[in-house]
Amino acid sequence: MNKVFARSAGLTETALSYCPGCTHGIVHRLVAECLEELSLREKTIGVAPVGCAVTAYKFFNCDMQQAAHGRAPAVATGIKRVLPDRTVFTYQGDGDLASIGMAEIVHAAARGEKITVIFINNAIYGMTGGQMAPTTLAGQITTTSPTGRDPEKVGHPIRVCELLSSLQGVAFLARVSTHDPKHVGLAKAAIKKAFQTQEAKQGFALVEVLSTCPTNWGLSPIESLKWLEDKMIPYYPLATFKQPEEVTAVGS
Amino acid sequence: MSERVMMKGNEALAEGAIRAGCRFFFGYPITPQNEIPEYMSRRMPQVEGTFLQAESEVSAINMVYGAGAAGARVMTSSSSPGISLKMEGLSYLAGSEIPCLIANIQRGGPGLGGLAPSQSDYFQATKGGGHGDYHAIVLAPNSVQEMADMPGLGFVLADRYRTQVIILSDAILGQMMEPLTLPEMGFPGPVEKPWATTGAAGRPKNIINSLGLLGEELYAINLRLQEKYGRISAAEVRWEEENTADADLVVVAYGTTSRIVKSAAALARAEGQRVGLFRPLTLWPFPSEALAGLAEAGKHFLVAEMSAGQMVEDVRLAVNGKTPVALFGKLNGIIPTVREIYAVIKENCAVAKDGAA
Repeated sequence: MNKVFARSAGLTETALSYCPGCTHGIVHRLVAECLEELSLREKTIGVAPVGCAVTAYKFFNCDMQQAAHGRAPAVATGIKRVLPDRTVFTYQGDGDLASIGMAEIVHAAARGEKITVIFINNAIYGMTGGQMAPTTLAGQITTTSPTGRDPEKVGHPIRVCELLSSLQGVAFLARVSTHDPKHVGLAKAAIKKAFQTQEAKQGFALVEVLSTCPTNWGLSPIESLKWLEDKMIPYYPLATFKQPEEVTAVGS
Repeated sequence: MSERVMMKGNEALAEGAIRAGCRFFFGYPITPQNEIPEYMSRRMPQVEGTFLQAESEVSAINMVYGAGAAGARVMTSSSSPGISLKMEGLSYLAGSEIPCLIANIQRGGPGLGGLAPSQSDYFQATKGGGHGDYHAIVLAPNSVQEMADMPGLGFVLADRYRTQVIILSDAILGQMMEPLTLPEMGFPGPVEKPWATTGAAGRPKNIINSLGLLGEELYAINLRLQEKYGRISAAEVRWEEENTADADLVVVAYGTTSRIVKSAAALARAEGQRVGLFRPLTLWPFPSEALAGLAEAGKHFLVAEMSAGQMVEDVRLAVNGKTPVALFGKLNGIIPTVREIYAVIKENCAVAKDGAA
């Protein structure tokens, strides 16, 4: 009998710890497939965040470091400066990257650190139980915005890609989604480009992946995919904000 | 042929680190340690090393984390308020057991404090400082020569025990110039770090991590750390004694204060006072047994430090009530003079002599 589907060599045998319906698992798989297909697994050092993906060091089948909350881009900078011929990526959520780690991500991007950042935006703090994130939508109910996020009081959600797009050190910048198979395919293409950008030493690369959190959104997995499409994408438009000229030339 | 030069303490520390094989420096400007990053910024490129000015103290220490865990000989430096910012990183470095060097050129506190020298970060350096049960090895230089020599010792210890090493210095040692003999280039040599994350080519993956979500996991991490701290405490205590054999009074001091005490004690000796000097070179592990031995021999103690009294607690724990331990604690802002320490020595010598009689 032919094997038609197998675990990616980029993932370990460890069972993922994510909730049913959460799209972290899909994104892990995409990153792992890219590492495998680009033959990067044995030269890659990944950096796990604090948040739901804190145990990503158990799941990715490559050397891994676990960083303090928000500090993954600084940790990745240290690794990449020591090992410039290796591949270094961070995997961070929205609280980690866009709240407590905003300084680290902005400056790593500004320096044009040749690292790849996988940024999971699910508009909420997952691990700690559903608190308001910097990316929580206006009106969205969380455990710390129980009547809905009020931009008058706590400001508007942050669009990370748009924020970073003005920085010259950024070579590749894209926002993708995981709400249906077509978009999962596009997400994989973006993640692959983000690693290729690093391999070509073209600069900093970040892929923002719109993701779901059924548990803390209080929705079923299917409703969550719909909510992502209907509520998140209008505020967080899917786009490639920046890409290296060589990549553009190939694609055009 | 060893190289005799005249240098500022901060620059001597930087050159000492480079000669000890440090090739990665991540830091952030803060007075009175700016000469270290400035020196590194021009010196590192000459030895194919990397100097990077981070966006914050927090980022600098996390760059140290990443670089150290990738196997590099790496350091950062700062001064008191900046070291406070690094404390989260120090806790993670301890939990993940990453060898590295951190220099603290202490200034006055609390808060923004002042630029004058201080020894009020003793608790922070020796008791952990960040969250969790951990220690760093803490080295205390008292000359520009030792500012240049201690990075080498620090990297040896850091690699031997997979631990962070702090050089606890101060604004005077950082800013003053003295003649010194520079250490030889290339000591200590590189060591194998099979645990480092360098890409899992042809071997199982390596993980650098301080998380132990399951109770037993965290317990095992802490058992391992405490076992290591026990080995360090047994093997790496360093101190210096001067004239303690016949002394009625032993003055315990480290760093800049030990230099002032040395002059004050010389004045007292010249007058026939039986005073000795005890200088810890490692503040953690602390030379408790040596001090306990002196207490056993009936000697009284005077602790002199530029703080409200921090090291004195460790001296009292070591002496354990056997003999009196007095404190001369000069509060941050003003540097103690030889004359005032001389006066306190004289006063305490009189008490000690009475006690001995």
